[in-house]
Amino acid sequence: MDWLERLGWIFGATALCVLGIPWFLWGNDTIVAGLPLWIWWHIGWLLLASGLFWLFAQRAWGVGIEPDTAKRGEANVPPGGER
Amino acid sequence: MTLEIQLAIIVGYLLLALVIGLVAYRLTERTAEDFYLASRTVGTIVLLFTTFATLLSAFTFFAGPNLAYLYGPEWILVMGVMDGLIFAVLWYVIGYKQWLLGQRHRYVTLGEMLGDRFASKRLRGIVAGISLVWLFPYVMLQQAGAGTALEALTEGAVPYAAGAGLITLFMILYVVLAGFRGIAWTDTLQGAFMLVTTWVALLWVLAVVGGPGVATSGLEATASEHLALGSAYYSPQFMLSTAITIGFGVAMFPQVNQRFFAAGSKKVLKRSFALWPILCLLLFVPAFMLGAWARGLETGINVAEIEAGGNVLPLILAEFTPTWFAALVIAGAMAAMMSSSDSMLLSGSSYFTRDLYRPFIESTLSARREDVIARVGVVIFALSTFVASLYNPATLFELGDAAFSGFAQLALPVIVALYWRETTRTGITVGIVGSQLFYLLSVFTAVPTAYAGWSAGLVGMGLGLVLTVGVSLLTAPAADEQRAVYFEALEGD
Repeated sequence: MDWLERLGWIFGATALCVLGIPWFLWGNDTIVAGLPLWIWWHIGWLLLASGLFWLFAQRAWGVGIEPDTAKRGEANVPPGGER
Repeated sequence: MTLEIQLAIIVGYLLLALVIGLVAYRLTERTAEDFYLASRTVGTIVLLFTTFATLLSAFTFFAGPNLAYLYGPEWILVMGVMDGLIFAVLWYVIGYKQWLLGQRHRYVTLGEMLGDRFASKRLRGIVAGISLVWLFPYVMLQQAGAGTALEALTEGAVPYAAGAGLITLFMILYVVLAGFRGIAWTDTLQGAFMLVTTWVALLWVLAVVGGPGVATSGLEATASEHLALGSAYYSPQFMLSTAITIGFGVAMFPQVNQRFFAAGSKKVLKRSFALWPILCLLLFVPAFMLGAWARGLETGINVAEIEAGGNVLPLILAEFTPTWFAALVIAGAMAAMMSSSDSMLLSGSSYFTRDLYRPFIESTLSARREDVIARVGVVIFALSTFVASLYNPATLFELGDAAFSGFAQLALPVIVALYWRETTRTGITVGIVGSQLFYLLSVFTAVPTAYAGWSAGLVGMGLGLVLTVGVSLLTAPAADEQRAVYFEALEGD
């Protein structure tokens, strides 16, 4: 199932990048609190990205790179190996 | 009076940087790994900001706000996708893997990493050579930017050539002395400083004009089309092509790519990765919104002035903030350009000494002598780009854009090699050389620069991918290739 997990992450990362531009707001000039709505989308989206990256770093770091999926959970906190 | 304040701020900054450099010099071991990578000990904040500082370029403070002024603030989205998202993903995909390989095999440059896997001195040389070809105009661009800014700031009292020359001399002194550790420290100081001053500048201007609502209404009255997402200038093809090529290009820029080797631990990489989008958000939104809003404010700035090469950011600061503050921001922006160049010089020199000089000219180079050659390389590189900057042939943006797309051509063949065991030496060599040739032809000859709105840079990346995979499938690996080297038991820490 390793390949399925990888595929999921690749799909997720691509979707995150593609939606960095709010295509559904194309041509929209609605102003909210002094800024165009699409700039608010941008702000929200990058904050979301940061949160997802943090989650990825906690839960799945190593996927597709480190060989043994089963061992990854332990490899994340080796004794005294991290600063 | 104004002039004195500005010069005092610039000189003060340079002296501070020099002190930091001296402290770093005292801590430096006389080895290439320490000179180039601070012996792989860099922590989260320093890694984050030193990578960030390389983004604090002439584009962020001058060309970018100018474009936002002329065409609207959509560049914020382009920067968000390229730096905040695409580069962040590559931070993991390329960066983490490179870091692990660097830990295990002590690689210092990209060319070294590829040359080892494919047992090819030639490939190593090609990657370094291509990188230096693109790095050169980009360093030149930073020097030209600094020269122009100094001239404008002092209203001609410091002429262009003198300004660019002074900056060059200082850079040489600094890089030769301080090495990566010193550069990373000043980057951190500078990144934090510029982030704060950009926000203060934004809040200051907004406080004077009466808040973002008023500023946006002004823009609506002057150029309402700038508030709607997209325009003839900002087509979807343009925005995506730019974001993708530059995003991948950033990861292959020597000074950025080399930072993937410098992290102190896995935890440092993880933290920087998660914080990265926020840093991009905090920098680009205020810098570019200042440019965009300037269009609708009652100022002495006009479109013709900006189109003719004027910079909107210094002008709007001069209009709305006290002289000392405007000088502080401009001095900071110049220092930022300089710090980008510092890093590029150092990386450029490492590519030259490790991947060209040592393998091809003097293979028996001692560690002490490599350290000397590395520093000589810095001097030669900086002086050459300075001379070129005196004849500055094209606009800042065109040059910068060409360099990023040029580096972007390297990204996909490298990713394929990192993740696909079947990649062959011939495959990756053809992929790299083929895409570079195609892109160079589009820059310098009649080969089209756009295909239905998509840039030649993006098309070239596709070509590089197809060539690398296609030729690898058609050819057998050479006997001495180390096909397992990127895959065998890679584990963090």
